[in-house]
Formats: sequence, C-alpha cells, structure tokens
Amino acid sequence: MALDDWLHWLEATEIATAVRENEVLFPWIESVHVLAIVLVIGTISIVDLRLLGLASRDRAVSRLIREVLPYTWGAFLVAALTGSLLFCSNAMTYGHNFFFRGKLVLLVLAGCNMAVFHLFVGRHIGRWSAAPQPPWSAKTTGAVSLGLWISVVAFGRWIGFTLH
Amino acid sequence: MIPNLPWLNAFCIWLEHTRPSQTIQTVPWIVPTVQVIHILSIAAVAASALMIDLRLLGAYGIDQSGRRVAKRFLPLVWWPILILLATGLIMIVGEPGRSLKNPAFQLKMALLAGALIVTVLCQRRLRRAPTAGPAGTGVLARSLAILSLLLWTGIIFAGRWIAYS
Repeated sequence: MALDDWLHWLEATEIATAVRENEVLFPWIESVHVLAIVLVIGTISIVDLRLLGLASRDRAVSRLIREVLPYTWGAFLVAALTGSLLFCSNAMTYGHNFFFRGKLVLLVLAGCNMAVFHLFVGRHIGRWSAAPQPPWSAKTTGAVSLGLWISVVAFGRWIGFTLH
Repeated sequence: MIPNLPWLNAFCIWLEHTRPSQTIQTVPWIVPTVQVIHILSIAAVAASALMIDLRLLGAYGIDQSGRRVAKRFLPLVWWPILILLATGLIMIVGEPGRSLKNPAFQLKMALLAGALIVTVLCQRRLRRAPTAGPAGTGVLARSLAILSLLLWTGIIFAGRWIAYS
C-alpha cells in the first residue's frame, strides 16, 4: 500500500530516527506540543465564547479576533510543527491509529468551520461586531469550533493510550 | 528533590491498595478522561493568564482598565485550578508512587506555589489600574507578567515530564 510505503520511508528519515532514539528529544518536543495546544484551544475559546455571546461582550468581535487570533495561529504553527516531528518518529504506528486519524479529520473540520466563518458568517461582521449577542450563524460557528477543539484534545490524549 | 522518605513510601503503598486506587487502575477510561479534563482546564488557566500578562505588558486591552481585564479573565485562572486539583488528585490516587515521589511532580507543585503567589501580585497590580491606558504597566508589572508566563510554561512542561521521570 502506497500509504504504508510513505509511512515507512518517513519513519526511516534521519530526523524521525533522531526523535525516536534520543531519550530526551521526544518528551521535550511533546512538552512544547502540549503547551502549544493548550494555548490554541485556550485562546480560540476566548473568541468562540464571544461569538456565542457568553463572554467579553463589552468588546467588539472583530477587535477581539484581531487581538487574540494571532496568538492562536502562532501556537497552532508550533503545535503542527512539533506534532509532525512526533508523528514522524513512529509514523507507522500513529498512521494506523484510529484516534490519530480522527484527530486529523477533526482538524480539517475545524479548518472548514473557520473558512465558513470567514467566507460567509463574518462577511457582514461590521453590522453585528459590537452587539453583545451575535447572530445565530456566528453562534453556531463558535459552538462548532469549541466542540471540535475539545474533541481534538480528547482524541489527542487517547492516542497515547491506544498505541501498542 | 525530596529524599526517599520511609513514611512517603508507606503512604504510597497503602494508597495504591485502597479501593478507589484499584478502581482508577482497572477501569481503562478513567485516567484518559480525567487527563482530558485536566488539559482543558489548563487551557483555560494558561490562556487567561496570558491575557492578564499581556495587559500588564501593555500588549492587550490598553483601552480598557486593568480592573475590567481582571474581571474578565481572573475567574478563569482561579476556578479551573479547583478542577485541576480534583483531577490531579484522581491521578495521584491512581498512581501514588509515580506521582508523589516523582521529581517532576514535586517541581510542578513548587512552580504552582510560585505561580499562585505571582497571580495574586498580578491581580493586585491590575486592580490598582482603574482607568484605561498604560497605567499599571510599569517595570514591576512587566516583570511579574514575564515571571507568570515562565511559571505557567514550567508547570505545563513539568506536568508532561511526570510521565517520563
């Protein structure tokens, strides 16, 4: 299978071998990964809760997005980079793990939800940005985002308990 | 860190054999579920501490008073700590030896004590900034903010290292 060939190749690369065989590299990268994920979900939920009209109601949505999302993106890049390194080190095992695959699907869905927000829901953000209660469409994307990111954390943690 | 204490060993062995510990050890979904709740609570604390620290650094919410930013984010530093203590306790009961006698765990608790003190100090500084603007972002406030960021980062790192040391 082409996927398995690729996973094998990935696992044999120099960098994957280094992460796998060095005793402290994996936990260090994992620590940075956890820190980054914690910041991704923590900061994005500030925006999600605002979209739901539950918190930060005294701040315009567009402003909060401008102030908070750069940290989310920065943390996400770090999480993706460290996550890729961890994945490479045992590509075959992770690649066939249900929760790892599920986590990737959830990340894609979170990306789609964000696209829906930016392309449709947020198109006329100027009209409701300052309102304490955003329209139902914005609330929906906020709720979906929150649910997806919580699931990402759950699936991520379950990977560690289902490797063999 | 803490030397090998006989009473601590005895306590860990006793705890390990109690009914709750046995349940946590044998029911496979308990530990991962508790860890997910633990991580989500850390996310609330870390992001809220970040926003407070950014306000002290003058990088967020300068148009709002320190009090207002504190009112929005401080409860989400304090309250989730209770959930963290509860879920942390469940993990300790499940694996007393691997946690209580673990240098990474002991370091984490020391850093936590530091972070709580620094958070109280940050809280005081913010409450002394009743107006919008850069008031309350002096050298001391900035130092506290940096210290807070370092301590929370250290706590998260030490937490992950409990599994490895």
